[in-house]
Amino acid sequence: MKGKLACAVLMAPFLLLLVTVFLIPTGTAIWLSFFAQDQPGLGFGPESTVFVGVRSYVAVLSDPTFRGGLLTVVLYCLIYIPIMVIGALALALLLDSGVAKLRGWAQMGLYLPHAVPGIIAALIWLYLYTPGLSPIIDLFARGDIHLNFLGINTVLPSIVNIALWSNLGYNMVIFYAALQAVPREVLEASVVDGAGPVKQAVRIKTPLVRGAIVTVGIFTLIWALQLFTEPVLLSQSTPMISARFSPSMYIYDAAFTRNNYGLAAAASVILLAFTIALSYGVTRWTNRKAA
Amino acid sequence: MTLLGRTTVNFVVGVAVLYTLLPVLWLLLASTKNVDALFQSDLLSLSNFSFVDNVEELFAMDKGLYSRWYLNSVLYAVVGAAASAFISMAAGYAFDKYAFRHKEKLFGLVLAAVMVPQTVLALPLYLMASGTGLVNTFWAVFIPVLFNPFGVYLGRVFSQGYVPDEVLEAARIDGAGDLATYFRVALRMLGPGLVTLFLFQLTAIWNNFFLPMVMLSDQKLYPVSLGLYQWNSSATVSPEYYPVVIMGSLFAVLPLILAFLLLQRFWRAGLTAGAVK
Repeated sequence: MKGKLACAVLMAPFLLLLVTVFLIPTGTAIWLSFFAQDQPGLGFGPESTVFVGVRSYVAVLSDPTFRGGLLTVVLYCLIYIPIMVIGALALALLLDSGVAKLRGWAQMGLYLPHAVPGIIAALIWLYLYTPGLSPIIDLFARGDIHLNFLGINTVLPSIVNIALWSNLGYNMVIFYAALQAVPREVLEASVVDGAGPVKQAVRIKTPLVRGAIVTVGIFTLIWALQLFTEPVLLSQSTPMISARFSPSMYIYDAAFTRNNYGLAAAASVILLAFTIALSYGVTRWTNRKAA
Repeated sequence: MTLLGRTTVNFVVGVAVLYTLLPVLWLLLASTKNVDALFQSDLLSLSNFSFVDNVEELFAMDKGLYSRWYLNSVLYAVVGAAASAFISMAAGYAFDKYAFRHKEKLFGLVLAAVMVPQTVLALPLYLMASGTGLVNTFWAVFIPVLFNPFGVYLGRVFSQGYVPDEVLEAARIDGAGDLATYFRVALRMLGPGLVTLFLFQLTAIWNNFFLPMVMLSDQKLYPVSLGLYQWNSSATVSPEYYPVVIMGSLFAVLPLILAFLLLQRFWRAGLTAGAVK
């Protein structure tokens, strides 16, 4: 009896937060998506909330700017996630090979960008993309190569680069920790079987850290689908990024610029469903491959 | 391994480290330049050294707004992360040490909460905050960041690893109440885990951008991230804001880099606990 009370006391603050800042808002978002604020009489009458069924969903899904944003984010994931996962894993394997010098320093250097807040990482890179400010652009201009990082075809890779810079070292440390946990006997056995260092890394070590690869992949995916900070900042400097560039920006624009809560809520629920479906799909797919 | 192989490995790692470090180095060098020197971009020349001027400029700009923002960020991040760490740890410990109905279902809900994008929750949170009069106040940004479901997951892992059941049993036989045992015995053993949770949430709150952008309209309540965002939009029109934004960014990065260097082993503890499981 006493134990139950203690458990309730320890759990209470978290449960209170779970309800107030997670369950109620999620429920509200779903509820809002089926309603609209209608103002009869050319907006002069009293505002009333009316049930509109799936009208907001139809409006969002038939809006080319939302579909464009979704497509942009899918494209972003297709470029970003493979580079991130393979790059971080490759670096972790190199550091784990025992050949790399100054391993501790290298890890610290690679991890450092993760201590830089997202908006500041975006600021630094924005300035490195800005003609006049950027030493990179100047350097290439001397060789008569004129780079434009904020052009119509380069703006998405430029955003990928910011995210990659911020998170590469973080994920590398996760992979490195998983690699350190691989039993040494397994590796010794593979050397006896005549596996070289490259073959060992690809055929033996990589399959053994599958769990970490899936975890990193799913977290990177969930995070990538929320794409907001980097494009919002870059949009201050380039017309190539519209106010509805990504689904998250679409939601912000619908809610706080157009004040259309029903539309914003419907877009939120669609983004949520999309996130859950993709994470679930990736988990299922990787489980089947393991079987 | 062959000499060629060794050289290649070290070369690739070296290039990757340069990629991660050079932008930070650029920030450091750029902070010593005034507007004209910034746009001439001979970064290494020291002829226009104006680090001190830039610092003075930063704290004088817009009647000293930056120090307000900095104080806000420290308050949001340090107090918020400390409170959040204790809340998450207590819940994680309860999940580990107690049995109750639907426990694993509830834990599943906690894990699912990790997946829900912040953008989805922002509009309802904004409406709730306006309904209760909390919008555009300190609390509108402070309360939601206390919720850290991933921290509860880590708390459970730490509790499994650091607090043996025998110790709790011994305390129980000595007649100590469950809560007293948690606060006097278990929490002490969970100390390193608590620091890890604190650091993770500190970074998350210091990074927080979307929520303040939605909740706050009063500039005096802004955290550094939102303030710099606003100044950057001014810089596109009036370039004298550039050195200020650069210096402001440098100051905003320093405490986290310092925390990261001094408390390295705690970061690593959190990363490995989260990943290897």
